[in-house]
Formats: sequence, structure tokens, C-alpha cells
Amino acid sequence: MKKIEEILQERILVLDGAMGTMLQRHKFTEEDFRGERFKDWPIPVQGNNDLLSITQPEAIKEVHRLYFEAGADIIETNTFSGTTIAMADYEMEELVYELNYQSAKIAKEVAQEFTQNEPDKPRFVAGSIGPTNRTASMSPDVNDPGYRAVTFDELRIAYKQQVEALLDGGADILLVETIFDTLNAKAALFAIEEVKDERDIDVPIMISGTITDASGRTLSGQTAEAFLISVSHIPMLSVGFNCALGANQLTPHLEVLAKKTDFGISAHPNAGLPNAFGEYDETPEQMATQIKEYMDKSLVNIIGGCCGTTPEHIKAIADLAKNYKPRVTGVAV
Amino acid sequence: MKTKTERKYLKLSGLEPMIVSADTNFINVGERTNVAGSRKFLRLVKEEKFDEALDIARHQVEGGAQVIDINMDDGLIDGKEAMVRFLNLIMAEPDIARVPIMIDSSKWDIIEAGLQVVQGKCVVNSISLKEGEAEFIAHAKKIKRYGAAVIIMAFDEVGQADNYDRRIEISKRSYDILVNEVGFPPEDIIFDLNIFPVATGMEEHRKNAVDFIEATRWVRENLPHCSVSGGVSNVSFSFRGNNTVREAMHSVFLYHAIKAGMNMGIVNPAMLEVYDDIPKDLLEHVEDVILDRRDDATERLLDFAETVKGSKKEQTVDLSWREEPLQDRITRALVKGIDQYVVEDVEEARQSVAKPIEVIEGHLMSGMNVVGDLFGSGKMFLPQVVKSARVMKKAVAYLLPFIEEEKKKNPKSSNGTSNAGKVLMATVKGDVHDIGKNIVSVVLGCNNYEIVDLGVMVPPEKIIQTAIDEQVDIIGLSGLITPSLDEMVHLAKEMERKNFNIPLLIGGATTSKAHTAVKIDPQYKNAVVHVNDASRAVTVVGDLLNKRSNQKYVGDLKEDYEKFREGFLKRTKKKEYLSIEDARANKYAIDWSSSQIIKPNKLGIQVIENFNLQKLEPYIDWTPFFRSWDLHGKYPAILTDDVVGEQAQSLFKDAQELLQRVFAEKLLGAKAIYGLFEANTINDDDIEITSKNETFQFRTLRQQLKKHAGKPNFALADFVAPKQSGIQDYMGCFCVTTGFGTKELAQAFEEDHDDYNSIMIKALADRLAEAFAEYLHEQIRKEDWGYATEERFTNEELIKESYNGIRPAPGYPACPDHLEKLTIWELLEVNEKIGVELTEGLAMWPAASVSGYYFANQEARYFGLGKIKEDQVKDFARRKDMALDDAKKWLSPNLIE
Repeated sequence: MKKIEEILQERILVLDGAMGTMLQRHKFTEEDFRGERFKDWPIPVQGNNDLLSITQPEAIKEVHRLYFEAGADIIETNTFSGTTIAMADYEMEELVYELNYQSAKIAKEVAQEFTQNEPDKPRFVAGSIGPTNRTASMSPDVNDPGYRAVTFDELRIAYKQQVEALLDGGADILLVETIFDTLNAKAALFAIEEVKDERDIDVPIMISGTITDASGRTLSGQTAEAFLISVSHIPMLSVGFNCALGANQLTPHLEVLAKKTDFGISAHPNAGLPNAFGEYDETPEQMATQIKEYMDKSLVNIIGGCCGTTPEHIKAIADLAKNYKPRVTGVAV
Repeated sequence: MKTKTERKYLKLSGLEPMIVSADTNFINVGERTNVAGSRKFLRLVKEEKFDEALDIARHQVEGGAQVIDINMDDGLIDGKEAMVRFLNLIMAEPDIARVPIMIDSSKWDIIEAGLQVVQGKCVVNSISLKEGEAEFIAHAKKIKRYGAAVIIMAFDEVGQADNYDRRIEISKRSYDILVNEVGFPPEDIIFDLNIFPVATGMEEHRKNAVDFIEATRWVRENLPHCSVSGGVSNVSFSFRGNNTVREAMHSVFLYHAIKAGMNMGIVNPAMLEVYDDIPKDLLEHVEDVILDRRDDATERLLDFAETVKGSKKEQTVDLSWREEPLQDRITRALVKGIDQYVVEDVEEARQSVAKPIEVIEGHLMSGMNVVGDLFGSGKMFLPQVVKSARVMKKAVAYLLPFIEEEKKKNPKSSNGTSNAGKVLMATVKGDVHDIGKNIVSVVLGCNNYEIVDLGVMVPPEKIIQTAIDEQVDIIGLSGLITPSLDEMVHLAKEMERKNFNIPLLIGGATTSKAHTAVKIDPQYKNAVVHVNDASRAVTVVGDLLNKRSNQKYVGDLKEDYEKFREGFLKRTKKKEYLSIEDARANKYAIDWSSSQIIKPNKLGIQVIENFNLQKLEPYIDWTPFFRSWDLHGKYPAILTDDVVGEQAQSLFKDAQELLQRVFAEKLLGAKAIYGLFEANTINDDDIEITSKNETFQFRTLRQQLKKHAGKPNFALADFVAPKQSGIQDYMGCFCVTTGFGTKELAQAFEEDHDDYNSIMIKALADRLAEAFAEYLHEQIRKEDWGYATEERFTNEELIKESYNGIRPAPGYPACPDHLEKLTIWELLEVNEKIGVELTEGLAMWPAASVSGYYFANQEARYFGLGKIKEDQVKDFARRKDMALDDAKKWLSPNLIE
């Protein structure tokens, strides 16, 4: 099987779309989330999508399948909140290893099905590593701006556990995504480097930040270029942006990255901005039209979707990506 | 692709990038935040006066430091704790944190602790081979993993490099280990080649500066991509107390070291003379010492130094803003987050008002509103807003005792602001996102509100119960995911059911004014307000809890949301559209057998030239005039409006003056052309008219939105009798202009640098053109067509269009296609007769012109076409015999996507 680094030189790779949007269609109830195993869990678990990898694995696999069928080369594991820090809200810290392991395992199973049927187009699993719900470089208490709700080491340990479980479960890539505070991401990268060192392995890493508002900065205040500089010490398969904004607002920030780095560039924007009712209504065609601009400008190597995107969006994007050459990167094969 | 010769550059980052490229000037590292180098800083840290310590950092950045060096190595402080605390505080100060940090310590645990709290790419200052290779490698690996650059001291197991050869030996060895064994990026390596004092009187120190400079040259030439740095003030150590000489020495040393390749350094910018400004004699003496040019250089400089003992340099921070008016100063302090002077400014404000509370409601709130606007438009970002809130808090804290006292003195008029109010904040059930909520909480907290924060995933019962138990004054709900929206609706219902009487705030990324207005507001009788940014929250909560005026505010809010709701529902109903055939079948059917049709008195085309503009004065509709100047409100009420009244009056006065000049000096030329013709509708949507035995067709567009039963799908053609009815009907069209001369006048004003009147004349010409159209329409109704000879309307009634008949204009809602203007121009020969042209985009030139149709039927009415389907566009293109793509282009704003 060809290595992903080689394939990345040949064509634009397609990442999957939203998991949450697809799961919402099932309208899972509290009971569905709990399943038999957690029926007596002391606190509500509805909304804990990561848990569905254990209690509703078929639903998760189905989403993975739909994205592969739509043309995705890479799918993300259902582990966006799979750290002890994020799981504390559901008192499920103890389950973190299992959640990540299971999520990676079922994603890998689906990927293998597709690779077997179509060996020319190998499919990959990216272990999704979310930002957690705490920020390491901002204080939640304005009266005490020096206070921090989480430390680097707490994050590093939590991320390390997630990384180990994702790799044990079969993840091919690690995707540190939706980075709103670069210090959180640096802790994740530190953890990944530790695991790589201890296991003497190499793992492709994707890094994806989030520009949250009109100022063009991350939540922790960095510009796109400052963000890039802050994470470039780690060899990356790709660096990019996801979430928060729609495809069109992301363009200037991707242009900054494209100009300033030799790493691959990824983008998985939302299907536009949410409307008044929290729905994303950019159609696959609209989104593809905007993403075409990335490709016309030769800005990307990996392209997919975040909130509000569906297999239809990914199909439109994949159909488009076929016609384009990837952005030329400086990464040697 | 990469080649070996490609130059790699040191890249650092704070909130913003900093790249040290070949084109970059010398990078100035701020040194004042170093306990070893600044006694004041040491004292502040010891006394835990971190606010003032931060001011030192801020001054460094404002004074031009591109990186700030932070050092806490002192026997009497806990260096690790102080480093972490100070760095965390800096991260909350965007105007400091924008530059990269240099973490300076001789202790590894302090360095590592520092690296763990900074998101940007830092510089570690420093590591060396002093303790051997193993430790050197271990630390370098860690630094690489933390993503920092590193300063390597020219130090090894033997000792510090103090001559040219040793500097080269140690730097080469360090470089090879880092690049080859550790895999450290060479561009992230910075050598500190040890700057030692000269002119100490000791023979072995004579070459200290020269050796540094030459070693720098060697390193930059032989160790690719790396940088060279150093602490410059060391070089002049022996002249402590004589700043004039020290400053000259620093400049001279830097001048030569930079030429040799030193590209960054720790320099106090206040201790630096401009090289070219050094007096010639001093320069010569200093260069002799630095470059070791004479055996007696030191003695000569010492002697000379006695004659130039200098005075202290002035501080260079720009404080000119302190001279500005009070409100500007307060606003600036809030926007920039500077709390240094806010107390004295607030005191000044307090003395200028009757009650201390007015400073909060007036001066401070105006400033916070500016912050809110800048934030909303993306010109400020969140950390800055939070800082602004802190300045606000400081100001409020200062005012509180005065407010208390005022209350004691005057217990009856207690305004209750000392304890501004209690706010319950919660992220709703099922949602774990709380960053936005926390920000709102802290900003409100800063403004003297007591916050009861219930955290995330809070069930509604708990929110309700806590609100009752704690007797809160307001509830704020936050949520980021879609299902949270329903939770909020549910909570509003619960509050209504429990008969709550406090306002409800809604915020979070997926919330919106629309959702709040449509889904939440109707559930609850008290105020429900959508607040989506922290800086606005303060104003809104302040207004909601202001006992003097909140009843009106809540009333206004409810009304505003109701209007918004209605507008929104009208706009966003799931819309269905009819085929054009079905829409035609549902046309507006006038009963032609009974409809009164009046034959115009004057058929044919008429031209008006040299019209006396003064006649138009009573017909002017001033409301849009004010709108064009961004003053919103209806005329004449706007002239007495609380907020914009004063400005509106002054504007109105200037407008009147210019208008009278226009009348008196006949500055603008007014012309009109119009015609009334025999007309009938053919083929459903076309109107055929006859003029001088020639026929013309106007193609009208028909609404296709599916209507409620009984509501027709309008087209303008519906207002003219169809040909097959056998009834002769009529319609008219016109073009008026008052724009001749506008351009020249505006230009003349511009040349006079009078942009104000340049805009004014255009705005006035537009109003006059509309007035002319109104005037002419009246003349048509009363005389030329003569169907309304009896009508007597006031100007106000005219503006409300109380009369019979309509004059829709191409490009406006009833007939949004501009294409029909071409037919009007052809039919009336507008260009030939009165000189009004159509541009390529079918705009009229001069711009102050109005054209349109006249329909006289008393059932004729204005309507908006709305969206149409492609089938009508195809049909339209066929009728006009034009390419479908062209038709689509012109009609695209009305096409359903």
C-alpha cells in the first residue's frame, strides 16, 4: 500500500465531513445514548457523541461508510472529545482509553473494507484530537487573569492517553483539530512526540486551527501566521484550518499558510455559517463553488468538511478535487 | 522546491509573527523585565506588585522592543512561581503578548515552567555545554519539542569563552551537536558570544569588544542560518554613572557588531545614542576603546568622560493623548486597556457631574460602546475586550465609595447601583461549551455585578431553583450546539410558568436575534434579549436593571422583538412558487366591465424645459435626505430627536442654505419629458401602446410566490385593460431630472476641499428629482390625464401616496428589471429631447433623475415582485427576443437560487 505522503504528492486527498450533523439525523434519545451498558449511569449522557462508538457502533460505522462512498480518502474517528478533560463533564474519565480504542477500531474496519474492494484507492483513518473544553493560555476569571483552569502537563497527560488509544485502535494519522488555543495544541504535539519516541514509530500528523471571528485571530489571539510559526516545530503531513467559518471566509487565512509553509495544507470548513436556528444551509454545490477557489488558487492538499457538511457535500468536493493537482509542497518523499 | 542554498530564517511568534530575515533590522530585545538587570523590576516582583511590573513590560514594547526578555533569577524570590505568574499575566495583555517572549534563566526548571505557559514560539535564554554534552542534548531536545528557539552561551566544561578562538571553538561544537545529533533547526539557534566590558584598566580586557565582533563575523559566515545575540550594556560596565559615555559606547559597539552580523541583542533603547549624533570627539575616543585602536585609549576616554557627564534621558513613551479632552482620554483608556491614568480621569469626570453614578452611565459607558463597536467590526479581539473590562472595573471600583456616600446623603433617591445586581449564568442542559459564557460573566463581574455561575450542562430545574433561592436579577443562558436552542425555549416557558419577573439573556454561537425573537421571546412575558458579545452585555444588563428607565427599555425591547419576529416570519416562511402559467391564472382581475377608465386630456409626448425648481420645495421628502447622511428618523420629528436631533438640525440648516442658493442662482437645471398613450394588455403580461402610429411593448414581470387563497399574483399588466376586452385603456411614462449642473458644482466644492457641500449638493439634487417626479405626477393626475381634478393633498399625504394611480419605476420592487428603461427611452426619445442618458448598466445620467410609468386605474397599486422562477425568465427572454443568459443576468437578483 502506498504511503499517504506519496499519495499526497499525486492528488488532493479528501477528508470526511461532519459526524455530529449525521448523528443528529438519528435523533438519539438519552436511552439510545446509554444503551444497555450505561443504563444506570448517574448523570445524563445525551450529547456525548463519542460514547456512541460504544453504544451505537453501527450508526458510527454507517456514517464512515457513507463518507467513503462519497469519495473520502480519510475519515476521522469519533473521538473529538476523547480526553479525560472533556469527558469529565460526563464523569467518564475512566472510559477514555476504551472510547478512543473502539472508535479507531471501527473506523479502521470500515477503511479496510473499502481498501480491499478498491486497492488502488487506499483509505485512511485519522484519529481526531479535539481541543478539550479548557484553555491553557487564557483565564476564565477576569479578576484573576493569571489563573489557568488547566495546565500544560494536565493536557499533555490527557492527550497522551488519547493518542496511545487511537494508535492501538488502528489510526493511521493523528489529527489535532479545531485548535482555538495554540498552547493546548502544543501540549498535544508534545504528547504525540513522546509517544512516537517511546514506541519508536513515525505517524503522520495533521494540525488544524480555528479562526473564530472577524479579527482573523484564534480565540487565544494569534494571527494565522503566528499560529503557523508556533506549531511548525513538529514535522507535519499538513497544517490548516477548520470549523468556525464557512469556506469563503477561510480563503485569506489559507493563503497566508500557503505562502508561508512547505508543509501540506488542509482545510475543512463548515457548510457556511449557521443560520438563526443553528442549521447550516450551504448546499453541496454552493460549498463546492467556494472550494473550487482554493483549488484554482492551488491552496490545498487535503480538503474536507466540518460542521453541517454531509456525504453530499463531500461528494461534490471529491468530484471537484479529481480535476485538480495538489498544491506543491516542500515535503520530500 | 528546496535547495541547499536557500536561506532559512528565525521565526518567532507572540500573538503576531516575528521573522528575522536578511532584510530585518537588528532585533531589539527588551531587558527591563529582568530582576538581575532592573532593581525596580526586582522590587516590584518581590512586593508582588505585578500590575506595575506589567507596566514595565508594556513600556518596553511601546518603546520598540521586538522581543521581551524575562528573568526571575534571584535568591529571594521563588523564580519558577514568579516566572509562571508573570508570563500568565502577560498572556492576558495583548499589547504585550503580541511580541515573542525570551525566557531567561540559568535554572532549567524555570525555563521549562516558562515554556509550558506560552502559546507562541519563544526563545530560551540560555543553555550551554557548561554541564557537559549529555545535559546539553537533553535540554535541547526538550526545547525542540516545546517548539522554541534557543540561545547558546559560549560556555563549555572548561569555562566561558573569553577570546576569539574559544568563542569559535565552542560555537562550532555546540552547532554540530545541535544540528547533527539533536536535529535542531539551525535557524532556531542563536549564539550569545559573551559581551564583556572594555576600558576596565586590565590589559586582558582590551580586546573584549573586538574579539566579540570578529567571532560574530566568523559564526555568521561559517555556521549557516544561525543568529548572534548579546547583552550590550555589559560592554560599558566600567562607565556606570556616566550615561552619555555609556550610550555612545553602546551605539559604537552595535554599529560595528551589526555590520559583522550580530542580528539581535538585549539593549535598553533609552540607553542608546544615535551613532551619527555622537559628537565627533567623543566618537573618536569611544571607537579607540571599542576597536582597541590605541594603547592609551582607556585613559584618554576616562579623562574625556569627566567632561561629558550627562543628564538623564527623557522617557520616550508617547503620552500626547493625555492632552486630549476628558471623554477621549477615558475612551482611549478603555479601548487600549490602559488603567494607569483612569482613576485620575474618572476623578475629573466625577467632579464634572452632579452624581458619581453619571460617570458610569455617561463617560464609561460611551467608552465601552466604542469597544463594543470595534469588537463587533473585528477591529478588536477578545483578549483586548476583556482587558477593557478590567479598566472599567478599576474605574467603577474608584467610584463606588462616592456612590455609597451619595446614597447615604440622599437615601430617597437611592439608585441601587452600588450593588449593581445579581446575574445567574449557565450553559444549558446537554451543552458543555462555556468559554463565551465565562467571558460574559467576567466582563459583567468587572462591572460590579455579582455573578452566580452554575457552570455547564445545567438542568432547567436547577436554574429555576437557584434563581429563586439567590433572588437573582437576571438570568443569562448560553449554548453553542443546536439542541441548546430548544433548551432555552424550554427554560423561557418554565420561567413563565413559575411567574418569573426578571429578564432573560440569551447568548452563544448558534443563538441569534431571529431565534430569540421567534422562538424564545413569545414564551415569556418579561424581556428576552439576545446578546452575542461580551462588551454589549454590560450595556444591555445596565439598561435592564436601571430602575429609572428599565420599564420603558423592556417595553421597547418587547416591541422591537415583536416587529423583528413579524418581519422575520414574513421573510423566511418556507416559500413555494407557482409556475408562470399558474401565476397568470391567478392574476389580479379587475372587473373591466365596471372599471372606470378615463381618457387623458392630452395624449402624446410633452417636454418641460427650464423648469423653476423653487416650485418643488414643498414637494421635498426630507426623511431620505437624513438617511443618506446616516441619521435615522422621520422628518420633522428627527429635528427634535434626543440623540441625533442636534446634528439633524445643523445639517438641515446647511441644506436649506445651499438649497436657497440653488434656487436663487439657478445652479441646477431641471427638465422633464412624459407621454400618455393608448394602451392595452396583450398575452397576459405585456402592455402594448401606440404612439404616432407605432407600437411599443412593455414586458412586465409577474409574482410567482404561492399566495394564500384569494391573494393574486400581481403584474403591472393587470392594471391595464386587456385588448380582448375591447376597451381602450391608457398608460403613461416619464423621465424627470434635476441633475444638470450637479457634477460641476460638486467638483467645484471638492476643489475647494469642501467635501461636505459636495455630498450635500448631490443629496439635494436627488431629493429635488424625487420632488419633481411627485410634482409632475400631480400635474398629470389633475391636468394632463385629468382623472383627479378634485384632489387636494398635503405634501405629507403625497409622500404617503394617498392618491389614485401609481408611478412605478423600472429597477424598483414592482418592476425590478431595468431593461424596460430602454423602451421608455426609445418611446419618449429621452436622450434626444432632454439629454438624460442611460449608462451601460442602465443607470440614468445625470444621477438625479427619475423615470417610470403612470397607471391611472384606481385599483392600481404598488407591490413587490419577489422571487421568480426560471420558467418566467425563459418566457421573458422569448418575449423580448433576447438570449436567456442575458435575461438571467439582468434578473438574477430576483431569480430563485
